[in-house]
Formats: sequence, C-alpha cells, structure tokens
Amino acid sequence: MYGLFLRHFYLITRSFPRVLDLVYWPTIQITLWGFISNFFATHTTYYNNAVGVILTCAILYDFLFRTSIGFNMLFLEEIWSRNFTNLFIAPMKIGEILTSLVATALIRALIGLIPAVLLTSPLFGISILDLGIFLFFLFLSLYLFGITLGILVSAGLLRYGPSFENIAWSTMFLLAPFGCIYYPIEILPEVFQKIAYLLPLVYIFEEARNILINQTVDIQNIYYAFVWNGVYFVLSIALFYYSFNVAKNKGTLINMGE
Amino acid sequence: MKNLVEVKNIKKNYGKNEAVKGISFNIKQDEILGLLGPNGSGKTTTIGMLLGLLKPTSGEILINGQKLEGNRIEILEQINFISPYIELPKKLTVKQNLTVYGKLYKINNINERIEFLSEKLRLEDLLNSITGELSSGQKNRVSLAKALINEPKVLLLDEPTASLDPEVGDFVRSFLEDYKKEKKISILLASHNMNEVTRLCKSILMMKDGIIIDEGNPKELINKHGRKNLEEVFLKLSRSKNELN
Repeated sequence: MYGLFLRHFYLITRSFPRVLDLVYWPTIQITLWGFISNFFATHTTYYNNAVGVILTCAILYDFLFRTSIGFNMLFLEEIWSRNFTNLFIAPMKIGEILTSLVATALIRALIGLIPAVLLTSPLFGISILDLGIFLFFLFLSLYLFGITLGILVSAGLLRYGPSFENIAWSTMFLLAPFGCIYYPIEILPEVFQKIAYLLPLVYIFEEARNILINQTVDIQNIYYAFVWNGVYFVLSIALFYYSFNVAKNKGTLINMGE
Repeated sequence: MKNLVEVKNIKKNYGKNEAVKGISFNIKQDEILGLLGPNGSGKTTTIGMLLGLLKPTSGEILINGQKLEGNRIEILEQINFISPYIELPKKLTVKQNLTVYGKLYKINNINERIEFLSEKLRLEDLLNSITGELSSGQKNRVSLAKALINEPKVLLLDEPTASLDPEVGDFVRSFLEDYKKEKKISILLASHNMNEVTRLCKSILMMKDGIIIDEGNPKELINKHGRKNLEEVFLKLSRSKNELN
C-alpha cells in the first residue's frame, strides 16, 4: 500500500505543474464563486445575510469534486502511462489497491482544498469553520461519496476499458443538479426531489445551509447522509470486485495498457 | 530439475471465440522455454493466464506446486513479467520506479537490491534519470530490473528485445542466460526473433490458432521439418494447416 502511495507521491513532488493543477482549479472556482456571492449579497436581501452560504457550499462541492476526480485520475494515470498491467501483476490484493488510492485521493483533495479555504477569509471575510464541529462530518460524508463515485467509475474502467474514460469526467456534473448544492431542495420538481432524496448530497448541503442560516443542527440530515453513503460505498466496492472478475474473464486487464 | 510451471489443459474462450483450445506444458527449473507462434495464435492469452490477469475457461495452472486459482497473491510474489507493450511511469526517476515496485513486492532490502540490479544491468548512472527520457535500450534494462526486483522464480518475457539495437539485444540475452544459470529460474520467452529463441531456448512450443502444433528442441525441429533454420520452420508451420501434430 505504501508503495502505491509512494508511486503517486513521487509523481506529485516531481512535477510543479501537477501541484499547480491541484491548487489552480479549486482556487479559481472559489474566487469565481466568491465574487458571485458578493454580487448577490449586494443585490438581494436574501443573500445579504447569507453571503457565506454559497461560498461555503462551493467549497464543500469542490472538495467532493476534487476527491472523486482525484480518485479517477489516479486510476487513469496508470492506464495513460501504460503501467496498468505492472500494477495488476504486483502481489497486491484489490482491497490494498483501493485503500492506497482512497488515501492518496484524500491527500490530493486536501492539497487543493487548504489554499482555497485559506483564501476565503482574507478575500471575502468568510470562514468555512463557521460550520463548527459538524464541518468534519460534512467533509467526511462528502469524502465518502467522492471516493464512492471514484470507485464506481474505476469499476467501469476495469469493465469497459479506457473507453469509459469520458464518464469519469462527467459523473459529478451529472449529479450536481440533484445535489441541491446552491439551492434548497424545494426548488426542484417533485420527481427530481424523489431522486435527490436517494443521494447523500442533498442531506449534506441542506444541513450546511441549515447550520449557516438557521444556526441550528439537524442530526437527522447528517445521519441520512451517512446511511446513503454507506449503502453506495458498499455497492461500489462490490461492483469493483465484480468488474475485476469480469475483466479477468474478458481480458480487459491485459489489453488496458496497450 | 522440478517443474516450476505446470499448465494442464487450459482453455480460454472469449464468448464463442476460442483463443486457447486446451494446451498443456511444463517449464522446468533452470529452463528457458520458447513460446512461438504467429500473431493471434494465443501466446498473449496464455501469458495473461499465467500472470493471473485472465481467468482460464477451464484447466489448471500450478506455479512452484501451488495452484494459481485461489493463491494469486502468493504466486505473484514469485513471478514477474516484461513486455515492450507495458511501461513504467515515465515521470518518475529510475530509482523511484524501482523503489515503488520494491515496495509493491514487499522487498525488505530495497536499496541493496536496486544497487545489485543496477550494477548487473549497467544502470548506475541512470538511477536519477527520468524514466520517460531514456532511450529504448535503457528503458528495456530498467524494465528488466523491475522484473527482477522480487527475485522471481518464474520470469515471463514477451518480446524482451523487440526494438533494441543488436548490441543492447545481445547484452540482454547474455544477461538472461547468466541470470538463469546463476539463480536457476524458469523463463517463458515469447519472441518473434528466431535467432534469439535458438540461442536461449532448449525447448520450444509452437502455437497456432490456440493449440500447440509442435514442440521440441530447436535443432530437432529444424531437422524434423527439413529446414535450414528456425525461421524457416516457423514460416512452414505458420502457413500450414494444423495437421502437423
């Protein structure tokens, strides 16, 4: 496991553009949304008292996005560098491969997140830490969902090969409307609301808004987020093992790097 | 010498396509077995099954007396593979790549092992070079070092000298001969270079359309088919119908 972590750590430390890439997008995202938040704050009465809500949700969403894409990138990196076969003939259990990737994805996401969080305070006078101790649970929940999506996409890559790559980039955009990241769930049509309630995202972002706007904590939201996360996480692991076995039958593993 | 690799009637179907139709062979300790055959004959599929990357439709593979099915991790610790079609991460230095694979193969004395292999494979001056910036010959030697990092008992080589100049090719062949002799390992060599096969292998399997159509020692095969060299035997068998066995 340490070996696989080391493989990606070396890659990051050897390449400044890679570090820049990790930091660049979250920073741009947060800056952009910060200005949008400020704009709304000065033009509507609703946002006047909740300028931090949008920005906080943007940071939370970006953490989810970074975690999920980060996980996919680690997997795709092995395919692009034609190192995939080497990895799967090393004596590593599937669980060890997943654990290494999960840990590395967290570090990548944090490298991107920390500068963004630090920038919000001097630039916009907002601190995500206003969410208090519950911030940890929200981040943990987002992290779980992010790696769950990453594992699901990686399972698809195993099963279908590199042609599945484009899906890796679009999963987050696909789910974003249902996640109710920047608006309350009531905005969605009823059918969409039913779908949204099946995702942990809606509970996480509803709770973030609840804490910031109403200054109260609804434990039930955090609980439901973890329950759905648990369900999807277990499903994603099962699907990954299933895809690995299918790949062994179909020969995807041996052709992946070629 | 005991058999380190035992392949018993393995078959591999991709849907209705039978890629390997029930082949059996053994590789003894301290032996290099050549695996020859035209493209699409089932060589890569066979290697894939030996590496545990492909599940045989039926049949059994034993490595060092252990069944591959159910003991994948233990067996992968004892084997390794080199192919020009797979590469090491290009942005890492040679030493970083070897360190990563040393860790993945749970090698205790990684630095000593890297030092030993870099001396044997003339990599001392390349250890801090970026892998992607090396020449084909240098990359090939680095891949060979990676393949030997775990002191494998069984080494699978898929065209190990493809695209190498004659000097580097000769160096690699000599190295493999010496290493096999010293460590008493088993090697499966899939190659289209008939001179290489003649030089390194005492036994050869000829595959075509998923079956072994002939086997034996290079000289025996040349005499048996009345040809001047192994290349002519290869051409004869490749162009024939599967009736020679």
